Amino acid sequence: MLFWLLLAVNSITMGGLLFLLSAGFSLIFGLMRIPNLMHGSFFMLGAYLGATFLARGMNFWAAALLSAAAMVVIGGLIERFLLRRLAGQDLAQVLLTLGLSFVVADLCLMVWTGDPIQPPTPPGLAGAFRAFGMFFPIFRLAIVAIAVVVAVALWLMIERTRLGAMIRAGVDDPAIARVMGIKVSQLFTLIFCLGAGLAAFAGVIGAPYLSIYPGLDADMLPLALIIVILGGAGSLAGALLGSFIIGFLYNFGQALFPDLAYVILFLPMLLILVLRPQGLFGRVG
Amino acid sequence: MPPGAVRALCLGAALAVLAALPWWMANPYYVNIASQILFWAVFALALNVLVGYAGLTSLGHAGLFGMAGYTAGLMLAAGAGHAAAIVAALLATLATTAIFALLALRATGIGFLMITLALGQILWGIAYRWASLTNGDNGVKLADRPAPLGLHLSSPDAFYLATFAVFLLCLASMRLFVRSPFGASVRGTRDQPRRMRTLGYNVWLVRFLAFLFSGFWTGVAGLLFVYYNQFISPQVVALQTSAEVLLMVISGGVGTLFGPVAGAAIVVVMKNVASAYVERWNMVLGIIFVLIIVFMPEGLVPGAARLVRRGYRGLRAGSGPAAAEAAASPGTAGR
Amino acid sequence: MTIRRRTVLKGMLASTAMVAAPAVLRAQGAPFKIGLLTVKTGPLAQGGIQMEQGIQTLLKEKGSTLAGRKVELIVADTGGNPAGAKTKAQELVERDSVNVILGPLAAFELLAITDYVREHTTPLISLAAAEDVTQRHANPWVVRPSATSGQCSHAMGDYAAKDMGLKRMATISEDFAFGHEQVAAFQRTFEDAGGKVVRKLWPPLVTPDYTPFIAQIGDVDGVFTGFAGSNPVKFMRAYADLGLKGSIPLTGGWTAMDDALLKSLGDEAVGVVSAHFYSPTIDTPSNARFVEAMAKDYQVVPGGYSAGMYIAGQCVEGALEKAGDKAGDKEAFMEALRTVQLTDTPRGPVAFDEYGNIVGNVYIRKCERKDGALVNTIIKTYPDVSQFWTYDPAEFLKNPVYSRDFPPAKNLE
Repeated sequence: MLFWLLLAVNSITMGGLLFLLSAGFSLIFGLMRIPNLMHGSFFMLGAYLGATFLARGMNFWAAALLSAAAMVVIGGLIERFLLRRLAGQDLAQVLLTLGLSFVVADLCLMVWTGDPIQPPTPPGLAGAFRAFGMFFPIFRLAIVAIAVVVAVALWLMIERTRLGAMIRAGVDDPAIARVMGIKVSQLFTLIFCLGAGLAAFAGVIGAPYLSIYPGLDADMLPLALIIVILGGAGSLAGALLGSFIIGFLYNFGQALFPDLAYVILFLPMLLILVLRPQGLFGRVG
Repeated sequence: MPPGAVRALCLGAALAVLAALPWWMANPYYVNIASQILFWAVFALALNVLVGYAGLTSLGHAGLFGMAGYTAGLMLAAGAGHAAAIVAALLATLATTAIFALLALRATGIGFLMITLALGQILWGIAYRWASLTNGDNGVKLADRPAPLGLHLSSPDAFYLATFAVFLLCLASMRLFVRSPFGASVRGTRDQPRRMRTLGYNVWLVRFLAFLFSGFWTGVAGLLFVYYNQFISPQVVALQTSAEVLLMVISGGVGTLFGPVAGAAIVVVMKNVASAYVERWNMVLGIIFVLIIVFMPEGLVPGAARLVRRGYRGLRAGSGPAAAEAAASPGTAGR
Repeated sequence: MTIRRRTVLKGMLASTAMVAAPAVLRAQGAPFKIGLLTVKTGPLAQGGIQMEQGIQTLLKEKGSTLAGRKVELIVADTGGNPAGAKTKAQELVERDSVNVILGPLAAFELLAITDYVREHTTPLISLAAAEDVTQRHANPWVVRPSATSGQCSHAMGDYAAKDMGLKRMATISEDFAFGHEQVAAFQRTFEDAGGKVVRKLWPPLVTPDYTPFIAQIGDVDGVFTGFAGSNPVKFMRAYADLGLKGSIPLTGGWTAMDDALLKSLGDEAVGVVSAHFYSPTIDTPSNARFVEAMAKDYQVVPGGYSAGMYIAGQCVEGALEKAGDKAGDKEAFMEALRTVQLTDTPRGPVAFDEYGNIVGNVYIRKCERKDGALVNTIIKTYPDVSQFWTYDPAEFLKNPVYSRDFPPAKNLE
């Protein structure tokens, strides 16, 4: 019984972290139709930057925000100067983002060496509280809270602001949106920056829990992919639901069917792709 | 001499030089590198059938590649002979390809890419975690290479020659495919699926057959790989391999005959040879890909052909319309 | 940091001279070539970079001269996968015609190249642990001055039962050969001494979150971990976060608490007991030099990966001394290598058994915080431990190799 409860709680906390990772990916993929295969690199680079800020004595939350800001700038540069030229060319975008992910991975290895870094849990959220005879790490529960806050903020932005309305218009019909005077290309830059920033933020938040090591990018990218496909590209609600589904599948799969754990992780994605290609909440097919 | 004959002569000479490689390449290390380039080229050519001609980008081909390698490896470990193992491996790969195609061809574009990725990851998950079947991370070892026609492939030279023969067969079949009515219909489904349908073609079937063709050569490449290394482990089936071979195709030039070969050469040379001199070879490889995209978005081979043509046209400016037309005819050498 | 390599052109020229190389070596005292098979990119790079630091430290200390012979180091990056290891071994042997290979890092890399070095009769001094390379399929061209997978965990199992008084334990380790073999060895000595292994958990090599596994540990009075690479860092944090650290003591193999990892760990590591063939606090003259040089040149506390390669370099030196003029001949060098005995190495005195595996001390250490930094303090030394522990080698070799299923776990609950 305790075992199941612990797994369930952990599934939810993992889902929270995965949402932070995949929300940005979902926006970029859904709105810009760019298969951003360097999203894992944003996550990892962000985590490394955050760890460096932390090591300089910065406050945990300030480090997370600063790292996110840095990645917004980097993401913006990549979008403006490289991806922009490749609008609509899937293959070129795949090659470019994969190429850049090689560069980022090697750069991180060069700068931060291969030693794993696990930043300390932020003060005040360290430790665990005991309930029902088991331990709940406070920090992990905080991640869920952060994920919910971010989800609500993003949802409000997309659904309730003028900017969000423009984004939705730009996605549904870029040509008409342009005619209406919406600068679609600027919107895309904005979305890409936002996605990169969110990934970096997630990287810093997740670091005390996942630790940072070479290869973290490649571990995270497939998870983001599955979640977005499950939930439907461009849908925040879908990313949220997808994150929790994967959180549960991962935890229960590893515990119950270790031999087939990865099959269990990818099978639902396959079913969704075949039965409902637009994803659970997808608008665009 | 007409340009076609020149081209054929050059090609013939290049192939002769390659065939004779073991005789002029004294060091077995480089012979082995050449073998690697060739079987990766076969893999890249196979993927190119889908990516280049059918316009379907697969990120799951490592699964098919690994299926061939693992089937052969496990059959041999269980005591089967080479012939049986090879046939079984190709059949298993074709069967898997058919399943891939049935599921993935429900979509095109990014949807297709995602489904193939998911399928590839499922096969990777099996190779990686189903340790009682696949031996997990420890991998499967092959005791021996086969000896077709009495020629034992244990030496680097013999293996190279066998690989070269397979590579030639593959190249020839690709050329036949491209020139055949079937090849034309595959390109048709890429460019004008609706019109093809109106003309009475079964677009789905055309794509399905193209997928099988691609899967067959992927299986052949997988067999060469596993015999070359005499070892296979889950890393081979990972997304990284699918991505790498896709990079070979795109960087060399999609939908061309020699683009994937050039792409395979770049990646293999960077990974194996350049890594001995450049510590940050991963970064260099990444930068090369980015540069290719920025300066030669159509890929290395068509891009280089374009540059050559431009130079050619500059030289021949004013020497009559016939010459200009010959120079400007799209690089059929590569197509 | 790295000795820069020749240019491409020179490399190609040199390759044509390969056949004549041994003769040239003897005649002119050309440099003795050491090839280092390591991992400098990808997820295993951390240990691989330390390996290079270890051998570089020895060569710097000796002025790149071992036993009066100029030595050239050629570093090859396998990328941490079996196919890469094979290609790079070919590069070292066939292109660079090295006299000896040091490395590789991981057991699955060693398994992929062991037949190759045998066929090409090239001496290899392994860091990687795969048991059978010095046991049932003992490779005459391999010696291993680090340890087999089980060598340290044999001692850990004995200590856990006899000195720590643990009765019921769970094991958790990566699901690959190195993990299987460590856990099997631990289980064997622990159960021989009266303990019971009641649960064995096998997370995959890449596990973003260990919680689902830690949740299954259940009611035990100790846990043995065999994690390697950066995984121990992740595991121990999760173990502490879930509140188990206070109630169930943790023990580990050498990679799980390697001293080079300590800088990445925090309070969660305090109190963990581990078995290792090396420790920076060992009091030998060469270890003092080694630790000081590593601190000076790389600002690190050395662990098993760098010490292992420093010792491998000392073995090369010992063999060069023994072989004398004949060192250019691979057979003669290999023969000398197998009979090397050293009294002063960073891990204490060492010698090889007849299978080419080391016989040396294994240290039980407990992690403590001293003056703010984490230190593994040696609490017991098992002297001259062989890969067969105290078992009779002939009897030992009659059993199947250590694996997930052998020895069978009879006490699982």
